[in-house]
Amino acid sequence: MALASDVKRRRRTEALWGYAFLTPQLIGLIAFMVGPLVFAIVLSFSSWDGLGSRTFVGLQNFIGVWQNDQLRQSWLNTAWFTALQVPGLLITGFFFAFFIQKAGRLTPFYRIFFFAPQVTSTVAVGAIWLWLLNPEISPISSLLKSLGVPNPPDWLQDPGTAIPAIVLVSIWQGLGYMIVMFVAGLQSISPTLMEAADIDGASEWQKLRKITVPLLSPTILFLSITSIIGSFQVFDYIYFFFDTTAPANAHTIVYDIVNIAFREFKFGFAAAIAVYLFLVLLALTGLQFLAQKRWVHYTE
Amino acid sequence: MTSSSGEIDARGLESARRKNASHGLSGGRFKPSWIPLHLLLVAGSLVMFVPFLWMLFSALKPLDEIFAQPPKLLPKVWQPQNFVTAWQGADFARAYLNSVYIAGLVTVLTLITCSMAAYAFARIRFPGRKVIFGIFLATMMVPFQLTVIPLYVIMGQLRWIDTHLALIVPPALFNAFGVFLLRQYVRGIPLELEEAASIDGAGRVRIFTTIILPLLRTPLVALGIFVFLGQWNSFFSPLIFLNSDRNFTIPLVVNQFKGAYSSDWTSLMAATTMAALPMLLIFIIAQRQIVQGIALSGSKT
Repeated sequence: MALASDVKRRRRTEALWGYAFLTPQLIGLIAFMVGPLVFAIVLSFSSWDGLGSRTFVGLQNFIGVWQNDQLRQSWLNTAWFTALQVPGLLITGFFFAFFIQKAGRLTPFYRIFFFAPQVTSTVAVGAIWLWLLNPEISPISSLLKSLGVPNPPDWLQDPGTAIPAIVLVSIWQGLGYMIVMFVAGLQSISPTLMEAADIDGASEWQKLRKITVPLLSPTILFLSITSIIGSFQVFDYIYFFFDTTAPANAHTIVYDIVNIAFREFKFGFAAAIAVYLFLVLLALTGLQFLAQKRWVHYTE
Repeated sequence: MTSSSGEIDARGLESARRKNASHGLSGGRFKPSWIPLHLLLVAGSLVMFVPFLWMLFSALKPLDEIFAQPPKLLPKVWQPQNFVTAWQGADFARAYLNSVYIAGLVTVLTLITCSMAAYAFARIRFPGRKVIFGIFLATMMVPFQLTVIPLYVIMGQLRWIDTHLALIVPPALFNAFGVFLLRQYVRGIPLELEEAASIDGAGRVRIFTTIILPLLRTPLVALGIFVFLGQWNSFFSPLIFLNSDRNFTIPLVVNQFKGAYSSDWTSLMAATTMAALPMLLIFIIAQRQIVQGIALSGSKT
């Protein structure tokens, strides 16, 4: 009896220590994540400007999102941004990683250049490219003109080029991270596999297709999931380039959420858009986990 | 067809070894295939680096040279006064101070709270451990834009709008990714170390501070770099939560500068250079640690 109560008491002390160590993050979880999340879902069914009384409006916000022309356009712009940016990042990232890890002692030297934009803030990167893409002073347009292109576009203002130009900027900035992750993946592939393939007379292309890509597939899956989540939330460049006056073809969904919430103070409506964004991200991530069975190869 | 003759295998392996060893310059012997490899990498490096040079040299040009056609990289007349204009155009000194102390404080507090939670999840038994950890993991999927509106309301209630508390407290007290990353490492620490200390009479706090924390050095440095960089470069949260100039961080000052000096390109480039340069210099000095830190933070998820 005495022993049993002793064990019980020790377990309780143990549990108290557990909660004690967890307390700071647990407070944060409740106050800054779970609480706001529940509140956001309540808000998405409400009409509220942050000051007056909140009224329940049912599904009105959720229906309203589909009746808003700008928002429909913004969803398409965001999807277009993702469709260009994620494959662009993965392909250029893999391409340069493949060659940079062959550079031996010079790998860290090249890495400095490719990784430098990654440690620079999106705002500074935006300022540099605002300049490089400005039609009056753009060295890129000037280069194109000298190569015989008569009328280079006004990159950020022309509806057709705004999103692709921002994709270009974001790839320039994000490439370094992709390269570092791919190089880590490539270095974990055992050289004996390549030696065996060499003995069998495999060509470089065959080794790439049959050994490198399958063994890198977990890295590719991880990077494509995180890149899609990131690219659906693109905001900094758009806001920095255009402030509050982005042309309709350059709005993204997060840009609209911010404007609707913090300029128009339609908290309920903005929350409903954010709920949709959350659902889209969940669905895209879920789909990739379902699809991985077909192409992702785990060694263990 | 695979050859099964031992002799051919040995010869093949030898030539493959030699081929592998001569990758890059580490092999020592010159190989013609390096030329296209390095040409490609130099070209890529130039594309990555020329925009930074353009920023720096434009910041040193007089305004009329900016509009010269065709544009030239180097200034004809050097005009470093642009940096003085930029420095006087916005309160850069204060912005540096704000950015350094916000990013620094968030980093230190995050490392403390995350390692404490990681230790609890990895090593202490308490009711609800699995469920709470599951909630932590699930929240990583929630986009910040969904919680930022309620967070803004909460910050308003706390009277933290336009104060640095709104930028420091939430990320310092909640970082699910950091908890997850560190928990993976705590699980890798041999339990015997703790048992031995426990027999010697060390309590939970003692074990945590003298055994666990020192052994978490590598992931703590990695997470610290990751958090500091993220905070230093953060634009979204300061934009939402701050209003007055004197509270601004570096990215907000550059954004404000762009609005106020929209046609004064040279001063804007000087301001951008001042914003980008400190982190670029730190990166060039500590590139190995920074790259490893970011790779480690990414690969453990």
